Amino acid sequence: MTPRPEAGPDRPYVPPVLQVEDLRVYYHTLRGPVRAVDGVSFSMPPGERLGLVGESGSGKSTIALSLMRMIKPPGRIEGGRVILDGVDLLALSEEQMRRTRLADIALVAQGAMNSLNPVKRVRDQIADALASHGGVTASQNGRVRARDPRDVVPDLLQRVGLRPSVAGMFPHQLSGGMKQRVVIAITISLQPKVIVADEPTSALDVVVQRQIMETLRAVQEEIGAAVILIGHDMGLMAQFVHRLGVMYAGELIELSDVLAIFDEPLHPYTQLLIASLPSLERKGVFQGIPGLPPSLLAKPTGCPFRSRCPSAMSVCTTVAPTLREVRPLRWVSCHLYEESGDRRQETGAEWQDQQAVGGYQPAASG
Amino acid sequence: MADTSVTLEPPVLLRLREPGRWAAVRDYTRRNPDMVVGLIIVVALLLVSLIGPFFVDVRQAQPMRAVPGQPPSARYPLGTDDQGRNLLAVMVVGLPLTLKIGFLAGAVGLSIGAILGLSAGYLGGITDTIISMIVDIVLTVPGLLILITIAASIKTFISVEVLALVVASLAWPRPTRTIRSQVLTLRERGYIQVARRSGVSTPEIILFQLLPNLLPYLAATFVAAVSATILASIGLEVLGLGPQNDPTLGMTIYWAINYNALLRGMWWWWLPPIIAVVLMFVGLFLISSGMDEIANPRRRRVV
Amino acid sequence: MRVDYLVRRLIQFVIVLWGAATLNFILPRLAPGNPVRERLLSALATGGYQQAGIEEMVRAYNEQFGLDKPLYVQYLLYLQAALQLDFGYSIASYPAKVLNLIMAALPWTISLLLVSTLISFVLGTLLGALMAWPRSPRFVRHLVLPMMALSAIPYYLLGLVLVYSLGILVPMFPISGGYAIGSLPNLSWAFIQDAIYHSILPALSIVLSAAGFWAIGMRGMMVTTEGEDYVVYAEAKGIPERGIFLHYALRNAILPQLTSLALSLGTVVSGAVVVEIVFGYPGVGSLLFQAIRSLDYFVIYGVVFMTVLAIAIATLALDLTYPLVDPRISYRGA
Repeated sequence: MTPRPEAGPDRPYVPPVLQVEDLRVYYHTLRGPVRAVDGVSFSMPPGERLGLVGESGSGKSTIALSLMRMIKPPGRIEGGRVILDGVDLLALSEEQMRRTRLADIALVAQGAMNSLNPVKRVRDQIADALASHGGVTASQNGRVRARDPRDVVPDLLQRVGLRPSVAGMFPHQLSGGMKQRVVIAITISLQPKVIVADEPTSALDVVVQRQIMETLRAVQEEIGAAVILIGHDMGLMAQFVHRLGVMYAGELIELSDVLAIFDEPLHPYTQLLIASLPSLERKGVFQGIPGLPPSLLAKPTGCPFRSRCPSAMSVCTTVAPTLREVRPLRWVSCHLYEESGDRRQETGAEWQDQQAVGGYQPAASG
Repeated sequence: MADTSVTLEPPVLLRLREPGRWAAVRDYTRRNPDMVVGLIIVVALLLVSLIGPFFVDVRQAQPMRAVPGQPPSARYPLGTDDQGRNLLAVMVVGLPLTLKIGFLAGAVGLSIGAILGLSAGYLGGITDTIISMIVDIVLTVPGLLILITIAASIKTFISVEVLALVVASLAWPRPTRTIRSQVLTLRERGYIQVARRSGVSTPEIILFQLLPNLLPYLAATFVAAVSATILASIGLEVLGLGPQNDPTLGMTIYWAINYNALLRGMWWWWLPPIIAVVLMFVGLFLISSGMDEIANPRRRRVV
Repeated sequence: MRVDYLVRRLIQFVIVLWGAATLNFILPRLAPGNPVRERLLSALATGGYQQAGIEEMVRAYNEQFGLDKPLYVQYLLYLQAALQLDFGYSIASYPAKVLNLIMAALPWTISLLLVSTLISFVLGTLLGALMAWPRSPRFVRHLVLPMMALSAIPYYLLGLVLVYSLGILVPMFPISGGYAIGSLPNLSWAFIQDAIYHSILPALSIVLSAAGFWAIGMRGMMVTTEGEDYVVYAEAKGIPERGIFLHYALRNAILPQLTSLALSLGTVVSGAVVVEIVFGYPGVGSLLFQAIRSLDYFVIYGVVFMTVLAIAIATLALDLTYPLVDPRISYRGA
């Protein structure tokens, strides 16, 4: 059972390490803008493991790239804020952002098999990352001097479970799992506050997958970094993350504790998703979700899921739902939960609500 | 209670309005300017050869049909050379000749290349090893020099067709390589595997499954081959190793150099053929660059 | 069957040489009526004061390759001579030996080729890499079209245009020859300066067009490389832009470019040869041209064989350095 962070009146308020507010990323094609990420907000406390699941095209990978501010034309970050430890990443200059990458927020990319430069040795690839961020310093007898970045490489490799001899090898001499570990080693080398892992294990077999995820968890807890794990393997999510966010058509439609989502999925899409998972207990026909995701180019009004939703109402066609905390620490974007226990009307300010998404409630709030 | 009057959103592709013809052309031009410009150039050159005979007497492309050594004038828009050829007529006659050599040699080179490439790629094994080794070896050799040797040995027998054959003799290695690598990729595709296991005979697979899917690559290879063969044939002709009696563009340049047209400032003799040849190469280059865009969607500029 | 990369290349090398020699042997015997024989006989007939020498040559020829001997004997004798680089005597310039004529012309060709190819490859590759990089200076993008156009033009045609424009119209450069008429080749600084001055236009013809070719090729490689995962990841690692360009993109894109260089050596040499002819530059190209005009077959075959030899050596050398720059390839195993 994965430990869950719990809020309570006696727990002090911990400011979130990452706050994403109304992030919008559009791809500008000849036929118009494709709204890949359309107003996503969430926040994470330090050390949390957050999962993001969704179908292909739901916007998960785009979020990963936008957090690193690596969206290339014709894509563009249209609006919103990404606040990392108090600093809005989207407002930084190019050079400032470059220095932030890897040092404060690090990426484990999809297809990490090919993330390593084929003509450079492992230690040189780790070292050049370190050197790009000011190198490695050591204090000796009170004096701070620069160390050769390559000296820290054996230690890093050991932390991810690799023999130090790997340092002198070229990527083509390593197996898929080993390459992935090297990438993880690079990721933690500067002790970032947030790690974004975009389907880090999709290309690996199940056994290696588990080993890699264990390694990732171990080093992440060691350095206290928050992790955003993006993928579509629900089983993996269940074993690894604290909270789970569900993406659909570029929007975040549900965000809750992972076990709560499995126990009682709130959003109809999540319900269908959970129901479609094969189970060892039940035997029967596979259930899919009928229909297709909507076009992100000509996005319909109202709720994006309405055309496939078994519980769609007339209001769903005209009014778009927003992400609300409908139960303690359970956020859903769905009109079905309008009536029940939300504080939207009472506080009258939606943004304050959205800002608190993921952060611990200060003891005094109601 | 579910509202049953929901409608499914059809995928975007079906919802596009049918664009008009000109809009489609303009659209494609924006997407693939290389191809369009290249085609315009080559077609224009072809038109010159087709329409030209109506404007100038093509018999004047032969020596001693016009007043020799004349600079451009109203009577001879491109002047005449020392041997009494009307250079405008020469251009009109020479262009299609040069193109003919290119297309002929290119076609022969492509055919041989396709046969070898298909065999090597599909059959694999020892066939592949042998063919690949031969191709590699022939490619490292300076083709033009070999052609020079061949042409010099049969100098008196060279006509337009013979020149084309000589050039074709070294035009097949690159097409073989290109086609072979394409076949290697296609061979692993699902539909080929299915055909194989269903017991379809090898010739049938090659003819009816592989070949149709290779057509874009064959076309691109053909254009490249034509470009290369024209290059080689012009090279030979400029050295005087072309058809002695036909006013091809390369031979015209050769005669110009031979008669010191450069020093004597008779620019109308050697410049028009050079411009024509350059235009031809640029046009073919653009077309093959444009075809690259089609064959290699990863390089498309626009989503 | 695991064949070492090294061994395979060596085998190819030997086969290429053997093929070239054999071709030279077969060709004259293909055309109806052996043209070499014809040429010799005509030289004999028009002999003049060289009559005795020509007779001697014909006798030597008959002795060595005489058509009265069985074909395979001729072939073997011919191969033996080729191995020793003995191509006989030049018919047109008797009593000069073919090999000596070639050796006199070779330094000119090699220096021209080496310098031009080096400059055009380095320049073109760098330019091509910059053209493909999204954050290059603006004007680099505008160079794409002219580079494309230049790469499509054969060297010798470019040479003709240059001769006319920069040699005759605006007489900036000498229009022919490797050195001023009347001076004798020597190693004095004045002569070398003169030689360089004469080689500028020929070199320019090659460099302008070849650089365009390399640029377009490199640009293509770079575009592919830029989309690779490791370039994306390099940015995620926070590597500064110059570092990504040099060590991640260019470093990888240059590998297929080197292969392209090795493959195109034949074309480059062919083009350079014709450039020499256009400029009357005293290299093997001009030698070849004169030989064609005077139907000096022995010189023709000698030049072609030597050129094939040189290119084969260069290609082999290039191929052998390849494993040094690409760690994925080693000398063992394909």
